[in-house]
Amino acid sequence: MKYFRLIWKNAWRKKIRTSLTILSVFVAFLLFALLSAIGFAFRGGVDVADAERLIVLDKISLINPLPMSYMNRIAATEGVESVTHASWFGGFYQDPRNQFGQFPVDPQSYFDMYSEFDIPAEQLEAFKSNRTGAVVGRELADTYGWKIGDRIPLQATIWTKADGGRTWEFDLEGIFSTDDARGSTALMLFQYDYFEEARAFAKGTVGWYILRVAKGADPVRVASAIDLQFANSPSETETSTEAAFAQSFTKQFGNIALIVTLILGAVFFTLLLVSGNTMSQSVRERISELAVLKTLGFGDRTVLGIVLSESILIMLLGGLLGLGLGWLVVQGLAKQMGAFLPGVFLSPAAIAGGVGMMIGAGILAGIFPALKAMRLSIIEALARA
Amino acid sequence: MSDILARLQGVSRIYQKGKEKVEVLHELDLEIPKGDFIAIMGPSGSGKTTLLNLLGGLDKPTAGSVNVGGAELSSMSNSQLSHWRSTNVGFIFQFYNLLPVLTALRNVELPLLLTNFKSRERVKRASIALDIVGLADRAKHYPRELSGGQEQRVAIARAIVSDPSLLLCDEPTGDLDRETADEILRLLQVLNREHGKTIVMVTHDAQAADFANRTLHCDKGTLEAKEAA
Repeated sequence: MKYFRLIWKNAWRKKIRTSLTILSVFVAFLLFALLSAIGFAFRGGVDVADAERLIVLDKISLINPLPMSYMNRIAATEGVESVTHASWFGGFYQDPRNQFGQFPVDPQSYFDMYSEFDIPAEQLEAFKSNRTGAVVGRELADTYGWKIGDRIPLQATIWTKADGGRTWEFDLEGIFSTDDARGSTALMLFQYDYFEEARAFAKGTVGWYILRVAKGADPVRVASAIDLQFANSPSETETSTEAAFAQSFTKQFGNIALIVTLILGAVFFTLLLVSGNTMSQSVRERISELAVLKTLGFGDRTVLGIVLSESILIMLLGGLLGLGLGWLVVQGLAKQMGAFLPGVFLSPAAIAGGVGMMIGAGILAGIFPALKAMRLSIIEALARA
Repeated sequence: MSDILARLQGVSRIYQKGKEKVEVLHELDLEIPKGDFIAIMGPSGSGKTTLLNLLGGLDKPTAGSVNVGGAELSSMSNSQLSHWRSTNVGFIFQFYNLLPVLTALRNVELPLLLTNFKSRERVKRASIALDIVGLADRAKHYPRELSGGQEQRVAIARAIVSDPSLLLCDEPTGDLDRETADEILRLLQVLNREHGKTIVMVTHDAQAADFANRTLHCDKGTLEAKEAA
């Protein structure tokens, strides 16, 4: 671009002022990157939800268990291809701060249901054949430095054992991963049979069922059929899509998306005022130079484009630096907080959105000074100079 | 082909100042032959700069016609005038009006940004223009690193780089000492005599006007010709 040198030199006309403006843009986009990544972690389950998977919960509350006897009845419902179940364990590893998702499951049907999780066949077999076996996701294994063969003790906060103990020990038989960058593998799975046998209460129940809808079947009709079966029973059900389940789970933490939007809205409003002021000052200071450019034959639109490009350039300089550092910080956060807050991820969509916001903010901040430059009367400006 | 480069016929220019109308030029007629070097003198407010603005397509007459190089400027749009200025006319100001953020070479290159020349060709042409004004060795200097006379030379290089036929100079020596002013005026003479540039120069300085082929006196919006002494 032949005007780039002119735009670049003009942008750095007042080095301190431009540096401070770039710094404010940098901070805004660093914050944008961090909040986007954390917001993503909270809605991660929603984004990776499978439309063909339905979740069956107790109608009253997520924490009420469902009878194990429902399994076969759900499996027999028309339009259901397969069923598995999971329960919330809620223990911690070594320190109460080391909390992550732990679920007693039926190994084979669970991995059949969640085909996005890759686990070597021999590790799955070892998991199935060891009653106290467990598998963990790659994120969790990396966080705690676990390797296959390790013995992992968990302290229960809900599920005391029949013998009164609170320590549950598991043999690590496998590590699974996923190719989906948005999906978290910060979780631990262990044998439901062991859990069922050893726990002190609520025997014969599971936390929730997960089912896959058969191809061609209508998920809404399947959900209605299941809920109808258990209507007027002691444990009525509510069947919803995985996305709806993940959304309701996320809402327990408050409306994260709204909070993130409000914070970013305030930051960007301030940013527009700061950068708009910078551009206005910059144009005011060089009215005569702009008049000279127009005298030389630079057209109104060219002058408009030059001033707007300068504003966008400042936004891009600060914004890309902020987004870049944000990306690095998010990588570190994902490693540090992987177990506590899985799915911290700066998605390509967020990066693209950020770049779009830089360009948009650049246009908004520069449009009025640019229009002023475009409409400048050469004669008046030169006479004032 | 006509030997007249610019022809003004019945040109009036009236400005509205508040409720009052001020007629700066009154039914002015002027012909400028190709290759001429005209000095325009007159008291402040006599319409000299307005005349220069009309010749350069920076302003339009309230009445009458301004024709330069066959182009009827009074009927052209702003966008057409911008394009016309970029190739047909060079401007030289009293205070040089260089861009302080650009080096001498890049200041001279500015009008060429509006052409389709590649970067290398633009730099080559800007270097030649700087060489013509005797500042080839100052190409990488910023305006703040140059003397007033050198800045005005850079401004002249910028005015001639796109090879316009007409140079319009508004008090080009008004900010310079006598010796430097004479150097600049001699340079304008060279551009007029050796490079064939038609020059119209507004000045308050009778000694500067002596460098022109002829001098016109502007007063109360009309012109009166006086041969140079």
